[in-house]
Amino acid sequence: MLIAPQIIISAVFFFYPAGQAIWQSLFIPDPFGLSAQFVGLGNFEFLLSDPYYRASFLTTAVFSVLVTLCAMVPALFLAVLADRLIKSSGTYRTLLIWPYAVAPAVAGVLWLFMFNTRVGVVSWYLGQIGYEWNHVLNGGEAMGLVVVASAWGRISYNFLFFFAALQAVPRSVIEAAAIDGARFWRRFFTIILPLLSPTTFFLLVVNIVYSFFETFGVIHTITSGGPQQSTTILVYKVFADGFVGQDLGSSSAQSVILLVIVGLLTVVQFKYIEKRVHY
Amino acid sequence: MATLELQNVTKNFGSTEVIHGIDVRIADGEFIVIVGPSGCGKSTLLRMVAGLETVTSGDVLIDGQNVNEKEPMDRDIAMVFQNYALYPHMSVRQNMGYGLKIAGLAKDRIDEKVGEAARLLELEGLLDRKPRQLSGGQRQRVAMGRAIVREPSVFLFDEPLSNLDAKLRVQMRLEIRELQSKLGVTSLYVTHDQVEAMTMADRMIVMNEGVAEQVGTPLEVYETPRTLFAAQFIGSPAMNIFDASIDGGKVMFRGAAIGKADAGDGDVKLGIRPEHLVRDNKGGLELSLQIAEPLGANTLLHGRVAGSEQPVTVSLAGVHSIEAGQGSERFSVNPSHIHLFDPVTGVRLQR
Repeated sequence: MLIAPQIIISAVFFFYPAGQAIWQSLFIPDPFGLSAQFVGLGNFEFLLSDPYYRASFLTTAVFSVLVTLCAMVPALFLAVLADRLIKSSGTYRTLLIWPYAVAPAVAGVLWLFMFNTRVGVVSWYLGQIGYEWNHVLNGGEAMGLVVVASAWGRISYNFLFFFAALQAVPRSVIEAAAIDGARFWRRFFTIILPLLSPTTFFLLVVNIVYSFFETFGVIHTITSGGPQQSTTILVYKVFADGFVGQDLGSSSAQSVILLVIVGLLTVVQFKYIEKRVHY
Repeated sequence: MATLELQNVTKNFGSTEVIHGIDVRIADGEFIVIVGPSGCGKSTLLRMVAGLETVTSGDVLIDGQNVNEKEPMDRDIAMVFQNYALYPHMSVRQNMGYGLKIAGLAKDRIDEKVGEAARLLELEGLLDRKPRQLSGGQRQRVAMGRAIVREPSVFLFDEPLSNLDAKLRVQMRLEIRELQSKLGVTSLYVTHDQVEAMTMADRMIVMNEGVAEQVGTPLEVYETPRTLFAAQFIGSPAMNIFDASIDGGKVMFRGAAIGKADAGDGDVKLGIRPEHLVRDNKGGLELSLQIAEPLGANTLLHGRVAGSEQPVTVSLAGVHSIEAGQGSERFSVNPSHIHLFDPVTGVRLQR
C-alpha cells in the first residue's frame, strides 16, 4: 500500500508507454493513421538491415563515451581542486553547480550562439586565428559541439558527487600515505581514486544513461541530428522517424531496442564493473 | 634510531597560540609519553613532529637536524593513528608494503620485510585480508606493522589504543612496549590515559593548555608533582587538594599541625594522595565518609572534611564498609607524603 503511489506513477508513465511501444512495434500503420497492418518482427528486421540505423548505433557509442568522459574527468579535476581549497570553497562550489540548473535545450541554444557560424563569438575568434568553424557542414565539429554542450551541464552534477566523496575520504588515511612517502599525484592515483571508485561507478552508469536519453534537447536545438546524420543518436532517431517521418512502427521498434540496450548496459555494468569496485 | 629535540616550539591557529613553547630533549631509544586532557595540544605537538602541522616558531630536530621545513616523508618517521588509517582497498600485505614500494624497493625485498614484520606481530595468517575483515586489535597490529617495516628513526603514536576495549588495551600496551624495547626506536606516544602514561613511559610529558607542566619519569611525577595540575592528573584516584596555611614553618589544616614546611607563612594548597591517608585516632585530619566503593584489593571511601564542604577520597587496602549515620573518623598522613602548592600559580612549594 505504501508503495502504491510509486507503482501508479510507474504504471502510467513507464509501463503503459513501454507496453504501447512494444505493441506498436509489431505493426505498420497506414500514412493516415486509420488502420495498421500486423507485420510481426518485420519492423525489427528492416531496422537491423538499415545502414542508417547501424550508423546511428556507432554515433551513439562515440557520443556517449565522449560525453561521459567530458562530463566526468573535468568534474573530478575541479572537485580535487575545490577539495584542496579551505577558504572560499563554498563560493567555488556554488559557481560550479550553476550550470546544472540550466535546461539541456537552453544549454544547447547557449552553445549554439557561441559557435554560430555567422554571429557566434567563439567561431569569430576561431576565424581570426585562421580556423574556419562550420558545424553545419562538418560532422566532426558538430559532434564536438553537441558533446561539449551536453557534458557542460553534467560537470556540475558529477562535481557535486565527487566533491562529497572526496570530503568523505578520511584525512588520516591521506596523512598516513604522506608519511609513507607518497606525493600528491601518487596519493591521488593509489589512494584517493580507488576510494572514490563506488562514486565513480555510480556516476558512470548515470552519465551513460544520461547521454543516451537526456541529451535530446541539446541535439535538437544545435544540429537536429545533422549534418548528414552525423549527430543522430538512437534517441534522436526515434524522434526523427516517429514524429518527423511519421513511421510510428519503426520508431516504436527503435524505442524497444533502445530499452533493451539500456537494460543490458546497466546489467553488464553492475555485474562486471562492480567486481572491480573496492569495498 | 635517533634523538629528537623540541626547542621552544609554539603553534598558532590564526591568532590564538595553542602551544606555548615546549622544550624537550629525547634520547636515542627512549619511550616518551605525552599525557594530558583532550584539547591540551598534545596531538598538535605530535603532528608538528610528524610534519602534518607547521611549526609557528621554535625548532624540531631529529638526530640533530632541523626538520621544520621538511615534508613528512623526508623526516624518517612512522606514525600510528588513532583510527589506524589503514588503506581500506589494500590487503594487509599491500598496506604494510606501500611505503616500501614508494621508496622503490625490489619486490622480493618488500615481501621479505613485510613477512618479517608480520612474524613479529603474529599477522602471518592475515596478510591477504582486507582491513575491514580484521578486528580492532588486528587492525592496530597492521598499523604497527606498517610503521615498523620502514625502519624509521622515530615512531609516533597518536592515541593508538583508545579505540580498543579495556582488556585488549592492557594487552596491546604491553605488546607495544615490548616491541619498542626490542627494536630500540625512539618513540613519542600521545595519550589522555594516565594509566597508559604511567605504565609505558620511560619519561612522560604532562601537558595542559599548551604548556608542558612537568617532564619526568612516571615515579618522579607521581612522587613530586611540580604543579597542582600534574598532581591531580597523574594518579588514580586523583590527589585530594585542600585549602591550608603555613604558620611558623608548620602546615596548619583546620587547626591541626600535620607537617613541616620550609616556605614562608600564608595560604597554600595541600595535596594528599588517597592512598597516603591512614586511620589514626590521634590524627589531625577529621573526615566524615559517606560512600564506600569496594574494589577487592582496596576500598575507596568518599566523603567530606568534617565541618566543611571540601570533598575527600581515601583509599584503604582490603575491604572496608561504612555504616549509615557513622560519625567522623580521624586520619593522619606521613609528613613526607604531603604536597604543598602555591595557591595562585599552582607551583610546588617544597623540595
